[in-house]
Amino acid sequence: MRIYLDNAASTPLDPEVLERMIPYFTEFSGNPSSVHHHGRQLRSAIEKARKTIATLVGAAPGEIFFTSGGTEADNMAIRCTVEGLGIRHIITTAIEHHAVLHSVEQMEKTGAKVTWLPVDAKGNPDQEALREALASDTRQALVCLMHANNEIGTLIDLHKYGRICEEFGAIFMSDTVQSMGNVQYNLAETPVHFVTASAHKFYGPKGIGFLYIRSGVKVPPLLQGGGQERNMRAGTENVPAIVGMAFALEKCINNLEAKRTHLLGLKKQMAEGLKASFPEIVFHGETGEDNSIPTVLNAGFPGAGTESMLLFNLDINGISASGGSACTSGSVKGSHVLEGLGVAPGLAANSIRFSFGMQNTPEEIEYALERLREMFRVKV
Amino acid sequence: MKFPIYLDYNATTPVDPRVLEKMLPWFTEKFGNAASNTHPFGWAAEEAVKMARESLAQNIGADSPDEIVFTSGATEAINLALKGVAELYARKGNHLITVATEHKAVLDTCKYLEKTGHSVTYLPVDKRGLIDLEALRAAITDQTLLVAVMYANNETGVIHPLREIAEIVHEKGALFMSDATQAVGKLPVDVNADGIDLMTFSGHKMYGPKGVGGLYLRKRRPRAVVAPQIHGGGHEHGFRSGTLNVPGIVGMSEALQLCQDGMAVESQRLEGLRDQLQAGILEIPGTRVNGLGANRLPNTLNVSFEQVEGEALIMALKQLAVSTGSACTSAIMEPSHVLSAMGVADDEAIASVRFSLGRFNTGAEIEHAIDHVKAAVKRLRGN
Repeated sequence: MRIYLDNAASTPLDPEVLERMIPYFTEFSGNPSSVHHHGRQLRSAIEKARKTIATLVGAAPGEIFFTSGGTEADNMAIRCTVEGLGIRHIITTAIEHHAVLHSVEQMEKTGAKVTWLPVDAKGNPDQEALREALASDTRQALVCLMHANNEIGTLIDLHKYGRICEEFGAIFMSDTVQSMGNVQYNLAETPVHFVTASAHKFYGPKGIGFLYIRSGVKVPPLLQGGGQERNMRAGTENVPAIVGMAFALEKCINNLEAKRTHLLGLKKQMAEGLKASFPEIVFHGETGEDNSIPTVLNAGFPGAGTESMLLFNLDINGISASGGSACTSGSVKGSHVLEGLGVAPGLAANSIRFSFGMQNTPEEIEYALERLREMFRVKV
Repeated sequence: MKFPIYLDYNATTPVDPRVLEKMLPWFTEKFGNAASNTHPFGWAAEEAVKMARESLAQNIGADSPDEIVFTSGATEAINLALKGVAELYARKGNHLITVATEHKAVLDTCKYLEKTGHSVTYLPVDKRGLIDLEALRAAITDQTLLVAVMYANNETGVIHPLREIAEIVHEKGALFMSDATQAVGKLPVDVNADGIDLMTFSGHKMYGPKGVGGLYLRKRRPRAVVAPQIHGGGHEHGFRSGTLNVPGIVGMSEALQLCQDGMAVESQRLEGLRDQLQAGILEIPGTRVNGLGANRLPNTLNVSFEQVEGEALIMALKQLAVSTGSACTSAIMEPSHVLSAMGVADDEAIASVRFSLGRFNTGAEIEHAIDHVKAAVKRLRGN
């Protein structure tokens, strides 16, 4: 038995979504920019997908721009805002996704000032510090705060932070890659200017995402070379993936209650099972129904010792999870998120991110718990 | 016969069913994130990417798989190459050279670079679509970082003499970049033999999927490096962050392998069909082939029709899926910048059609296309 509990890294593509995509690979396979029959057919498929997504997130179709994924969307939001609006002050936290962190650092290199907001032990950015940072510098600022943290699951209240930004006339960007498909958005009613999404986090394909840009905010494109996406994103549109992403999001949002119930059940089962077997266990970040996403549970095993090779042993036992975000180098560098929360390095090294998906079952969670108990020789 | 007959393979190609077959498992079963290094779902994805990278590298003659950076397509790869070189080598100089007939992705990126303080020389072309090599030599200064000349033109199929160009560029100590979007899969591209230091390509121009492409970056003699343009998790050796599009990468690699395997036979077949089409259309009085006299891609034919109105011509050719310029610009009826650069008058440029043939075209389709074009032009000219 092999159990995949790393759904925050990537989710399996929904077979029904794949079915919708297939015709666009072979049958309807023109270039949407071509004026002939093949091209026009695709143009209309793209615009239909845009409308679907816009409706699902409470936006206008003109506010949705397709990108190659969440990373590109994050880069585009940050770099293009800084370059286009002449922003010289960025406010963010140290626990953002690397796509945001490194984009911000890049802007810092080109002369922008960066204020790193403190976060509390659960990963909530300090509201007073945000207010102070905005008040202390009268230039227009860009505030980047992720909606749900990919490693610990903490979900912030976008309205609360957004209203503070609004008060000071700041641009508010939120990386919503982990929350999209897990929470209901009504962007028209949310004080946010940019949100970003990646389809493969909600059972859609890899290589596609989108950026929401609130109407009225004018920024230049990140990529040059063709008038696609109303001159905002050059490059031939990835039609099958766009169609797939729209349907994947539609399925998530239309079944949101059932989805949340299923995932919350798994998360609760895991949390309670872990607590019962390992009284010392620490959960990083928020874990409530309203202040965390149902997909992520990050658990620290204090007794495991620093060289426990926890993940290695988990893998041998058929459980696929991760220590944090999917990192590229196989380096042993600890999680920047846990470090940002002030978690001691020893505990951080013995922490596991379990992330749940629609395909997981209560039996799988029970099996994972059993393996963990065996690994630690806990008697029940 | 299925209508409209698709003769627009330079705009995009359908995914070959054999390619799709190879991609399918990577969507639903083996869906791991290639960067997940703690479990087999990630390892399998990483391994698939590794194999694809090796195969692609080999098929373009690269020395090492590490010379390939995967991107979301050729446009992104071109942006990365041009902006990346301009940024990374900023201390060395600020001058780039390209050609007036390049794809918009190159030209628009160069225009962007001009706005950010770089200077760009746009070399003119002759009526065949070729640059003057002496003019190139003269344009290179000690400030010149890079020369970008496309492998084969998307609108006319004109193939530039890359090896000669590369020699001049290297003699002068600059980097040589080539947008090979239209060449990879159609011609036996070899980065070493051709002397290319940076090269861009796209999956959906070679019967692979849309949304994936790549940048070849030479590692040695000379070493070409770029400053990343998309920051994040540090994927692709830090050159391009973002979760890898595993099915797309697997598909592109398989697509190129299929092209390479059948290239000798397929080029000959396409060239035969193209020549048949060309001969048939040239029977119509007042027609001229653009790019004649230069080496051309075996599948591409660009024809100007005198005494017909451009828009009316496209409307009249409704049994054919063809294009007037590159697909990216054809939403607006303006003369193709490629044909204009070759000295074609505006009205004639607008009344020009690009036929680009591909894997699924048949002789019968070409015969039908000839008859259809003949009838349409005759009707439009009212005789």
